[in-house]
Amino acid sequence: MNGVHDMGGTHGLGAIDAPVDEPLFHAPWEARVLALTLAVGAWGRWTLDASRHQRELIPGPAYLAMSYYEKWLTGLTALMASRGLITAAELASGQPAPGAPKASPPLTADKVAASLARGGPAMRDVAAPQRFSAGDRVRTRNINPAGHTRLPRYARGREGVIERDHGVHVLPDTNAHDQGECPERLYGVRFTARDLWGETARSGDSLHLDLWDRYLDPA
Amino acid sequence: MAHDADDPHHHHDHHHDHGQEAPSDIALRVKALESLLVDKGLVDPAALDAIIDSYEHKIGPRNGAKVVARAWSDDAYRARLLTDATSAIAELGFGGRQGEHMVAVENTATLHNLVVCTLCSCYPWAVLGLPPNWYKSSPYRSRAVIDPRGVLAEFGATLADDVDIRVWDSTAEIRYLVIPRRPAGSEGFGEGALAALVTRDSMIGVAILPPVTP
Repeated sequence: MNGVHDMGGTHGLGAIDAPVDEPLFHAPWEARVLALTLAVGAWGRWTLDASRHQRELIPGPAYLAMSYYEKWLTGLTALMASRGLITAAELASGQPAPGAPKASPPLTADKVAASLARGGPAMRDVAAPQRFSAGDRVRTRNINPAGHTRLPRYARGREGVIERDHGVHVLPDTNAHDQGECPERLYGVRFTARDLWGETARSGDSLHLDLWDRYLDPA
Repeated sequence: MAHDADDPHHHHDHHHDHGQEAPSDIALRVKALESLLVDKGLVDPAALDAIIDSYEHKIGPRNGAKVVARAWSDDAYRARLLTDATSAIAELGFGGRQGEHMVAVENTATLHNLVVCTLCSCYPWAVLGLPPNWYKSSPYRSRAVIDPRGVLAEFGATLADDVDIRVWDSTAEIRYLVIPRRPAGSEGFGEGALAALVTRDSMIGVAILPPVTP
């Protein structure tokens, strides 16, 4: 979706605030939001892609105004409600619905280390056509889907060169919308800074994006 | 309001006592949500503590620094890291969440690498831990791709005129680790001493490691 989250190349969003010795969390609640997001995610009611898309759905002005973990909290709350883990009444009252059976959490403390060490690989061992090889010139498609995509606006309709074949990866464009993993070949593509930003960009500078097969046409 | 500005005592009367500040609205919301989820049996509070402890004490940029120090010290390891970073990083015991598919990119005398995620905040957790706030912020995400030299200048890093920049916008599930240039003067250093020189920012590509005096 062409949301404010797709901000590569935007001017005027301010100076970078990078304090020395910044704490990992700015307040204890940030740590709890991180942990809640991972622990509730273990229920498997949504994919990582869906949780990313849920944050993109935060209206633009609010998205830009919110702190990082506020966005996570907003996304997590919305997903739990829409996927049936909590009800609006429970959220409002802070109490479980009367008579609701108590569940058993899938992620217990003893499983945390193994869960983090396992992660969630996105590569799939399935056959998928290899349309391009290293050195091939490609042009990205000019797509503007209303849903989730990983082809940023600044790189649409641009020519680049295939640098690497990363194998077959889950496609976020469908996976975020519960339309299946639809694994496709993922390519590392290099663009010159001038092809992306014009003649004022420095010759020799470049940018690299990892792009799924369906984003690309032969140039 | 104008009369507040004219009346410093009025203003003073409304100061909260230091050290007794009320919890913020969002802190209360998070506390209430956690309590609801624990009561419903959806989360184990001890698991939450374990997750936080992992990222506070176990999974952080010292992991990445060990990988870089090994690459600087051992050419065969460096070659493996550049060919298959996920496996090479696993040799040191690191991997997993947000490090499932790693690629290492090496700075040289003529090439500088910089990592960003313009769409959200993708970052190699397995080797660098959780990203700093600025990495996730709009100013960095918006400008790293269009003005990497300006971004580097804000971090106090200047490149020679003949050094090309390559920006890695990590919008898929591949995560990037920058191997910074080994500081001049570190020739006799062992792996442990080398790892101590490697900063988080140098492994994102927004810092250049200074020379050391042996």
